[in-house]
Amino acid sequence: MSPASVNDNEVDIVIGAFRSDLTSFMEEWRPIFSRFHLIVVKDPDVKEVQIPEGFDVRVYTESDIVKVVGSSKASLFSGYSSRYFGYLVSNKKYIISIDDDCSPAKTKDGDLVDIVAYHLNNLKTPATPFFFNTLYDPYQKGSDFVRGYPFSLRSGVPCALSCGLWLNFADYDAPTQALKPDMRNTRYVDAVLTVPLKSMMPMSGVNIAFDRELVGPAMLPALKLVKEGKVRWETMEDVWCGLVVKTVCDHLKLGVKSGIPYVWRNEKGSAIDSLKKEWEGVKLMEDAVPFFETLRLSPSSVTAEDCVVEIAAAVKERLGSTHAVFVSAAEAMVEWVKLWKAVRSLDH
Amino acid sequence: MASSVTPTPLLKDELDIVIPTIRNLDFLEMWRPFFQPYHLIIVQDGDPSKVIKVPEGFDYELYNRNDINRILGPKSSCISFKDSACRCFGYMVSKKKYIFTIDDDCFVAKDPSGNDINALEQHIKNLLSPSTPFFFNTLYDPYREGADFVRGYPFSLREGVPTAVSHGLWLNIPDYDAPTQLVKPRERNTRFVDAVLTIPKGTLFPMCGMNLAFDRELIGPAMYFGLMGDGQPIGRYDDMWAGWCIKVICDHLGLGVKTGLPYIWHSKASNPFVNLKKEYKGIYWQEELIPFFQAATLPKECTTVQSCYKELSKQVKAKLGKVDDYFNKLADAMLTWIEAWDELNPSKQLAKGK
Repeated sequence: MSPASVNDNEVDIVIGAFRSDLTSFMEEWRPIFSRFHLIVVKDPDVKEVQIPEGFDVRVYTESDIVKVVGSSKASLFSGYSSRYFGYLVSNKKYIISIDDDCSPAKTKDGDLVDIVAYHLNNLKTPATPFFFNTLYDPYQKGSDFVRGYPFSLRSGVPCALSCGLWLNFADYDAPTQALKPDMRNTRYVDAVLTVPLKSMMPMSGVNIAFDRELVGPAMLPALKLVKEGKVRWETMEDVWCGLVVKTVCDHLKLGVKSGIPYVWRNEKGSAIDSLKKEWEGVKLMEDAVPFFETLRLSPSSVTAEDCVVEIAAAVKERLGSTHAVFVSAAEAMVEWVKLWKAVRSLDH
Repeated sequence: MASSVTPTPLLKDELDIVIPTIRNLDFLEMWRPFFQPYHLIIVQDGDPSKVIKVPEGFDYELYNRNDINRILGPKSSCISFKDSACRCFGYMVSKKKYIFTIDDDCFVAKDPSGNDINALEQHIKNLLSPSTPFFFNTLYDPYREGADFVRGYPFSLREGVPTAVSHGLWLNIPDYDAPTQLVKPRERNTRFVDAVLTIPKGTLFPMCGMNLAFDRELIGPAMYFGLMGDGQPIGRYDDMWAGWCIKVICDHLGLGVKTGLPYIWHSKASNPFVNLKKEYKGIYWQEELIPFFQAATLPKECTTVQSCYKELSKQVKAKLGKVDDYFNKLADAMLTWIEAWDELNPSKQLAKGK
């Protein structure tokens, strides 16, 4: 990889903390994270967070959240959605966010995968959503556009979202992992590619990065399962967010990349236990996906905020009658945009 | 999705290997361990009086220009001369379900562990497992060993659709166009990307004919490689043209196209100046062709590959004829091809595979 230059001041690393002792997590990531400012948002159920020395970190607790958004809105930022508060209060251009049960992965040569460098490389090079390049991201070193790729499409579009992957415990759903308890992802696929226009994909919040200036308003907490839990098998918030962001990017001609970098994901929770809970999230996707696939936004939506508001209205109208959780999601999206604008106006 | 590794069927009586050649077939020696069980269809381009020597021990049929003219009569006008596009004649005369086509400058590649890659076996794996064009799986082909659908992937879409095309890649000399070759003459593709993925519905791609396999029964009639070479204003767009046509038709019929593994080792870089002359018009024309294919829709009454292809040829004539008269000729040639295909393959109209 020929890395784009990384300016420490343009990155915030946002972690939603589900455990109080982050010492081992932070030590593992020290070689990669210590240069950067970190935002740790504590899940309300977690006791005081412990972080080792030598990091430039700001920890936000529930009372901080209430101070900024008010007590009635604080519930937007609980559980897996706590990290969105970090997105809200950040003033950096790029955000990188991973789950607190991940360790750095290693390349085939045994080097630590520097997810910051890779994510920023993805975000700082154009995306190519309008035509598929069979050699994957043409902006990577040693790659290019192949024969037959239209020249007018070779300048690409700005990349707004970089979705990374996971070795060891891949981000499978509970039924899949329960059926195959020994399945581990050992395949390091050395590529990143643009997810094509109009193609929807399931975004995993385990390992992502985005350009806050381009799509911050669309990286939102909205879909909260009734029985959302503390393991990824029991949440869909990131998948929903990804459908929203992809729709916004497609409309605004921004790009989404998927592929490297990898993190090493550790075991957490029990797939069987999660499976015993109601399969709400799985059922919801059957309605959500067709909705997003046919959704077209109006030309008058020219900003990410406009797009989110329009999507929220469509969700309420077309999905609201299917399940109450969609109504709540739509309302949360509207609230989020209001908060986003309010916090932005405080900065100016 | 097998939890243990099941052996890939050889399909030796169901697959033909189609090879266009103008020089010699020495490259087959390297492929012998993998290709020898199969029947080869060799399409000899160029001077028909030249004798192409096929290495011993291979079961093959060989067609030169005289054979093509004899078999197709006046319809032979749709088959290109002095261009590897002539290979599609091999697709037409084959009687098998599957085709694998490879160029004669493509050799066996090695994977990162140093093992020889059996490209044909991987193509068969790709074709025999479903595709997933309706939703992108971030872990690529979920049917590969060690992979699966990720969290959030709708369960109703996990059955997938039949795979019509398997598009392989190339290590060493990448398939660049002439301008890129001129700017980067030394660039080699050294990155082994261990993935196969479905190209999503609605997305076009540049299909390269160097290392390609397809289900002839599902999509064969749409694999026409166009009018290239001698007497034509364009070259090196044969596979591109076929790729855009098959993708529109696959999207319409609910069939899948995969790209990625297997890799072959591409040994020969063609002359970029010669390539530039061939591609020159294509570089301009593709700016019109891509929007045409992106916007192309087929009526729901088109339920067979042939009817889709004929409808597409009508649209080519109507919308691209004004770009250049070449496209009028090409549209006519597309119809000639379908007529010839149906004549040589009379038993059934190829309906969409389900």
